[in-house]
Amino acid sequence: MTATLIFLALLMGAVVWWLLRQTFNVKPWVASAPSGAQQGVGFLAPPKVALGVLLAVITSLFALFVSAYSIRMELSDWRPLPEPGLLWFNTAILFVGSLGLQWAWRGAAREQWAAIRTGLVIGGGCALAFMAGQLIVWQGLVASGYLVASNPANSFFYVLTGLHVLHLLGGLVALARTSGHAKAGALVKTRLGVELCAVYWHFLFVVWLILFGLMLST
Amino acid sequence: MAQVAHDAVTDADLRPFEVAEEPLYHPKTFIGKYIWSQDAKVIAIQYGITAIGIGLVALVLSILMRLQLGFPESFSLIDPANYLQFVTMHGMIMVIYLLTALFLGGFGNYLIPLMCGARDMVFPYVNMVSYWVYLAAVLILVASFFVPGGPTGAGWTLYPPQAVIGGTPGTGAGIILMLISLCVFIIGFTMGGLNYVVTVLQARTRGMTLMRLPLTVWGIFMATVLALLAFPALFVSCIMMILDRLIGTSFFMPAMLAAGEQTAYDGGSPILFQHLFWFFGHPEVYIVALPAFGIVSDVLATHARKNIFGYRMMVWAIVAIGALSFIVWAHHMYVSGMNPYFGFFFATTTLIIAVPTAIKVYNWVLTLWRGNIQLTVPMLFAIGFIFTFINGGLTGLFLGNVTVDLPLSDTYFVVAHFHMVMAVSPVLVVFGAIYHWYPKMTGRMFDETLGKIHFWMTFLGTYAIYYPMHYLGFEGVPRRYYAYGETAFMSDSAQDLNAAISIAAIIVALAQLIFIYNVIKSLFSGKEAGHNPWKATTLEWQTPHTPPRHGNFDEDELPSVYRWAYDYGVPGAEQDFIPQNVPSEEMAAARGQGETKAES
Ligand code: HEM
Ligand SMILES: [Cu+2]
Repeated sequence: MTATLIFLALLMGAVVWWLLRQTFNVKPWVASAPSGAQQGVGFLAPPKVALGVLLAVITSLFALFVSAYSIRMELSDWRPLPEPGLLWFNTAILFVGSLGLQWAWRGAAREQWAAIRTGLVIGGGCALAFMAGQLIVWQGLVASGYLVASNPANSFFYVLTGLHVLHLLGGLVALARTSGHAKAGALVKTRLGVELCAVYWHFLFVVWLILFGLMLST
Repeated sequence: MAQVAHDAVTDADLRPFEVAEEPLYHPKTFIGKYIWSQDAKVIAIQYGITAIGIGLVALVLSILMRLQLGFPESFSLIDPANYLQFVTMHGMIMVIYLLTALFLGGFGNYLIPLMCGARDMVFPYVNMVSYWVYLAAVLILVASFFVPGGPTGAGWTLYPPQAVIGGTPGTGAGIILMLISLCVFIIGFTMGGLNYVVTVLQARTRGMTLMRLPLTVWGIFMATVLALLAFPALFVSCIMMILDRLIGTSFFMPAMLAAGEQTAYDGGSPILFQHLFWFFGHPEVYIVALPAFGIVSDVLATHARKNIFGYRMMVWAIVAIGALSFIVWAHHMYVSGMNPYFGFFFATTTLIIAVPTAIKVYNWVLTLWRGNIQLTVPMLFAIGFIFTFINGGLTGLFLGNVTVDLPLSDTYFVVAHFHMVMAVSPVLVVFGAIYHWYPKMTGRMFDETLGKIHFWMTFLGTYAIYYPMHYLGFEGVPRRYYAYGETAFMSDSAQDLNAAISIAAIIVALAQLIFIYNVIKSLFSGKEAGHNPWKATTLEWQTPHTPPRHGNFDEDELPSVYRWAYDYGVPGAEQDFIPQNVPSEEMAAARGQGETKAES
């Protein structure tokens, strides 16, 4: 459970630090007029905060899988499976998708619609290509006899890659909505959507790097 | 259409990255208002009714179990397999589908926006979907009663290999539906949980600093954070177990013989499941306890007319308990044959977590100390909670020690302990909270006398049920047994005791009918409650309408907050309480002169 505990320790550390700043030297029992113009929705757009929280949840999910992986790996029946070279190519594709959305984000800040659109297309296209690539990897493995249930290493490989692809699919839904906004030329919504998608894409890329690294090294 | 208009406004006059408040969605039809509702208060009530409804099923199951245990020869209806299925479904429903859903989905939805001074949750649509997904999870669970083989009988802990392999009841469709239902529940909860967290963080009204939040919100907030981080552990274990069961992977399943035949499984680790399950399971205890802690704090302060003792300490204790609850899980696994040093580590952390918990108990007692205690029904339940929680907490200290736990493990001592600490205690708070906020939710008062009868029957009754169980545990009576027959270690009186416990359980169950009758009857004939019958300070009692309408507060302006939630019995004040949205005289004067210095 080390991986999970490290993640949680970092998260809890951040929470405690943030809370200390909020509570240090504050006397809750003293009444005072409110300061600042904050009314209703706070100054950070709620969707951004929500994405942050969601990423913490997803990190927790993958950290737990990594923990389970490393515990299960120790047992004697573990036979590592060969990682097909195609995975390297897929990794590169995912990276390009991430870059594309970064570009769209930059474009959104400067109101360059062309950059936004291209970036969105690259991000979505690469995600689709990555998924297709993963599917081919799966087919190849199945064809050469590495079935899901024949060894725990295989089982983990399919579950982890499958789960990662599912998260990417969820991201594609958000990306489609953002593209809708971009098409309609709604700047504020597009900006927000592009930013959220870009962060999510980067996040899934990092998750993939960690998973891939883990599977390569074992 | 509304979206286009909305964009037109925000594009023009907002800073680049800001997004305007979405206009509230105003439904016109009955269905839009009460069925597919996006109003957190309606969603809260939907959650509440569903949770209590399925909770009643679990209550009936517990009575069936008690009938069997108390009068083993008399009920031919229940066979051993049924008994195990009832134990399992009772435990799982009570912990997850009743308490978690009721505290977070029910009270969280109702109270967070109101207490923070928001019009609604930040993502009303997602919030609505969250409820319907929860309902789906409940229905899947209920469906497992009707499939061939019935629901799973693996115990609420669902330990493999026995949860999956033949011989345990419900290893057909039962276990699969249970695992799927849990996954669906977790997905629905995550949608709701995002809402609760972001609303507390981002949608508080002016002046509502974190350190002015009522402890109820703190408790629900921290419980939600725990749930968001801990439920993935259950999710992971469910997915892996589904795969083990359906396509024959060996994540958890070791090589084994079943009915004399070698199974296809090989090399899996049941201990791995235990780690994952309890990594979720222990925080789960606090997921139902922290909201209860918060609610009790507010109920005590309000009905003792005194500020909560040590507010900041209370907040920190909630946070500390939340953080520590992730490093105690293996105290549920002392008998799994783990390394003694691990046992030592987890016993230590378990004892450490008792410190912030004890601080909270002291602070509640000190809040009562020389308070102007009003023995209203909510207050009775809150005080009952303190007693019960201390009881259950103390037996927890015993079980936290490896050497004491080994002989007591899987006996009725454990059953007594966890019912005291995570069943009866939170349920007492649930009742207290319903009585406390009933006047706000319905605009009417409940029947006080019936409420008191309900309290005393429930409170004393649960002691009659669970106190004797400690003794049974000392005798070594094991849990999850259908019948005991003749044993060398059980005294003759143990069977009489079991019969007495069962009678008490039936009485307690019947007492809940009084509650249900009271809630329904008072809806029609309760006397008008007015806006603030308890003279409470928090914002939900200051709404212009009771019950609050969609949008909660005044049409044009959200309340501004000038003080914390505990200004009761302030020396020199006109009344014995000052609501959070009432400025002091100087502040009011400053405002009157137009010198809104603080605001500029
Ligand atoms: C009138 C109220 C209740 C009665 C009479 C009751 C009775 C029982 C009984 C007889 C068992 C089975 C013991 C065994 O054979 O091992 C049991 C188990 C359990 N109960 Fe309750 N219970 C009640 C309320 C609750 C509540 C409110 C919760 C909520 C947390 C709860 C949680 C559990 C759990 C988690 C188990 C363990 C299930 C298992 O062993 O898999 N109970 N209860
Ligand atoms: Cu525990």
